[in-house]
Amino acid sequence: MSLLEIEGLAVRYGDKVAVDDLSFALDAGESLGLVGESGSGKTQTALATLGLLPATATVDGSIRFAGAELLGADERTLDRLRATRIAMVFQDPMQALNPYLTIGAQLGRILVRHDLANGRAARDRVIAMLERVGLPDAPRQAGAFPHELSGGMRQRVMIASALLCAPELLIADEPTTALDVTVQAQVLDLLDELREDTALLLITHDLGVVAGRCERMVVLEKGRVVEQGDTREIFAAPTHAHTRALLRAAPRIDAGGLRAIEAGPAVLAIDGAEVRYRLDGRQRLHAVRGVDLEVRTGETVAVVGESGSGKSSLVRSALGLVPAAAGRVLLSGAALPRDVNDRSLATRRGMQLVFQDPTGSLNPQLRVADIVAEPIVVHEPGVDAVMRRERVAEMLARTGLGEEFLGRFPHELSGGQAQRVAIARALVLEPDVLVCDEAVAALDGTVRQQVLELLGKIQQESGLAIVFITHDLAVARSISHRVAVMYLGAIVEHAATAAVFSRPQHPYTQALLSAIPVPDPQNPGGKASLAGEIPSALTPPSGCAFHPRCPHARERCRSEAPAARDVAGSRVRCHFAGNL
Amino acid sequence: MSRAVKITGGLLLAIIVVALIGPLVSPHDYDQANFDALLQAPTLERLQLFGTDDLGRDLFVRSMLGVQVTILVAVVASLVSLFIGVAYGAIAGYAGGRADALMMRFVDTLYALPFIFFVILLMVAFERNFLLIFVAIGAINWLDMARIVRGQTLSLREREFVEAARLIGVSPARIVFRHIAPNLVGVVIVYVTLTIPQAILVESFLSFLGLGIQEPQTSLGTLVDAGVNQMEGASWMLLIPAALLAAILLLFNFLGDALRDQFDAREKL
Repeated sequence: MSLLEIEGLAVRYGDKVAVDDLSFALDAGESLGLVGESGSGKTQTALATLGLLPATATVDGSIRFAGAELLGADERTLDRLRATRIAMVFQDPMQALNPYLTIGAQLGRILVRHDLANGRAARDRVIAMLERVGLPDAPRQAGAFPHELSGGMRQRVMIASALLCAPELLIADEPTTALDVTVQAQVLDLLDELREDTALLLITHDLGVVAGRCERMVVLEKGRVVEQGDTREIFAAPTHAHTRALLRAAPRIDAGGLRAIEAGPAVLAIDGAEVRYRLDGRQRLHAVRGVDLEVRTGETVAVVGESGSGKSSLVRSALGLVPAAAGRVLLSGAALPRDVNDRSLATRRGMQLVFQDPTGSLNPQLRVADIVAEPIVVHEPGVDAVMRRERVAEMLARTGLGEEFLGRFPHELSGGQAQRVAIARALVLEPDVLVCDEAVAALDGTVRQQVLELLGKIQQESGLAIVFITHDLAVARSISHRVAVMYLGAIVEHAATAAVFSRPQHPYTQALLSAIPVPDPQNPGGKASLAGEIPSALTPPSGCAFHPRCPHARERCRSEAPAARDVAGSRVRCHFAGNL
Repeated sequence: MSRAVKITGGLLLAIIVVALIGPLVSPHDYDQANFDALLQAPTLERLQLFGTDDLGRDLFVRSMLGVQVTILVAVVASLVSLFIGVAYGAIAGYAGGRADALMMRFVDTLYALPFIFFVILLMVAFERNFLLIFVAIGAINWLDMARIVRGQTLSLREREFVEAARLIGVSPARIVFRHIAPNLVGVVIVYVTLTIPQAILVESFLSFLGLGIQEPQTSLGTLVDAGVNQMEGASWMLLIPAALLAAILLLFNFLGDALRDQFDAREKL
């Protein structure tokens, strides 16, 4: 008998089917990956197991835990099971933790609620658990509120709360999706290390995570199981077309890459950019510290960094959306005013932006035709409605959307379609430079691949220069000619894409590369080679900003900030690059 | 459209249609006194369904006229507050910074004026007329509208589609009217349906105090005021207009709630 047996599970909302005839089993102590794109029913399955589906859902089939049927079980039975025998880690720990209780208090309540411990004993057990998940200074931090912790620490607290009662089954729903890649590796390691003989149901869209962490995997598509079995076997020989499509679409840092573009004049040059934000009171956040960046015609430069590295602030200041404190922005050799409102229409035309959230960047009240036509209306008021419509249809066709989309509203589009509309709007005026701010981060694997291919195709046709901001090194590798790696507001390494991935010079780049999970069970990557998280830009470390996390840090790194120098073809900010 | 919206909207429409057609169909006039039929209880005879008042005027026709005037005053006052409030709030919210601070402090100052005394002063200083009531009611209601619209605009301004418009080079005026205003519609419609009953109440209150609509014109508030004086002998003179007033207020409130539920649901999608 397996620990968890799901048979013929179906979840419906009215006539919308979320999960359809889903069956799989999970043995005690085993780790199983539940993989699929958004909307494939992964989370619905987890919620059904815990009896947490909303009342509007109709559930059929059977879910047995240790032989006992869970579907239709009364709330008291489920309540005894949850937390003590089945625990869950949610994607966003900020949503899952109660903001009004200290973490010590809310973890203590779990023990008290289930009569496992009281008073001092409960407190001691909570602190012991927080120490095990690596919360520094646990006795004091137990008094902290969730918002006082960093994202990675909050997820550690979530894991502590899930493992507090030593459950037999742990369900982790995208536990690291909201975290940076170096922190993701730490948290996944922690899960592996602490769960001991707890069975793990790991829900994720990231095949790389499954490859390294799960013995078996189940692939879902539109609420159905399309393939299940041993992870190594599925990766080696996927039998279902959807699995193959997922594997093909999974961006890999161990493959791909474009050849660097021959040197030419820069279309966009950012020169000594500085961005400072004034926060409450006298605090100043120094988000970007003297960054130089150039893009040439037909070239894609990827700006890579974890959250808080200042990559968004850098391009937003170049676009004039946030005021730069210092530095110059040159578009085709001409200096631009710092504020976008002071820039002439002609120069605004030269540089456009594609945002991360495709639906948020489209006005929900306007039709696709009007959204894409607006730049023409503003820049070429002489063009009549018929001509405009023609050009809009032509532009949409280039992004792969037919005429039937002209009359649609943004909410009638899928994420990928909405992003194509946003790209069409940005390109309809034929700008010289396109800035993409995490433009594919919100898209599923297969759609992401299509959008990246689209951008590559348009670049080849028109010689567009692209600045591509991403936290995902695999995406950077697949589309860029050059890569700039940012850490705490400065570029720490800048080189041709092939060079960055084959011989990274900066210790941070090296750590980033080894932390990325690779969808290959033989060589899964995802190693946590860095301790801690990015420090706050409010209180940056002295000397080299990376030294508190750097495995090679020496005395000099603490006191002296390294200047950029050329090491083996890369521009690196590290005292010891090349001799590590 | 949800069922709640259809039902409440349909009932309101029915009341308005009856109020418009009723006086035309009835053989009686709103200002025609009949000293042979003073304080007549409701009767089918001579089609005096709601009876007559102390001057023998037909109460059905007067009540329907009252409904017309009351709803007209309320709708016009709400529209006044709608236009001033949306324009003011959207501009303050989009401009932001110092302009926003100054404009909102002005609103705060107007809030601080004791409204009823303000209206009474106006009434004393000028001739009483219709127009003054619109102005007086509109002049307070737009303050709430401006605050709500400004708050919404502040959050819309940070949305990415507004940033995209700025990058394209869309002028601030076009951003406010094409990108921000249409996204305010949901909130504004709901708020207007909820200010209408508020305006009705204010109008009735003023009329009840004798500061509103003047004889022989009438409104529901004026009718209730007259009814209170005859409460002991002719209860229908109070009960009928009061019931109409209550029904209209309830329907508008229900409609506002139903619309809000509907727009909130759309927001979530």
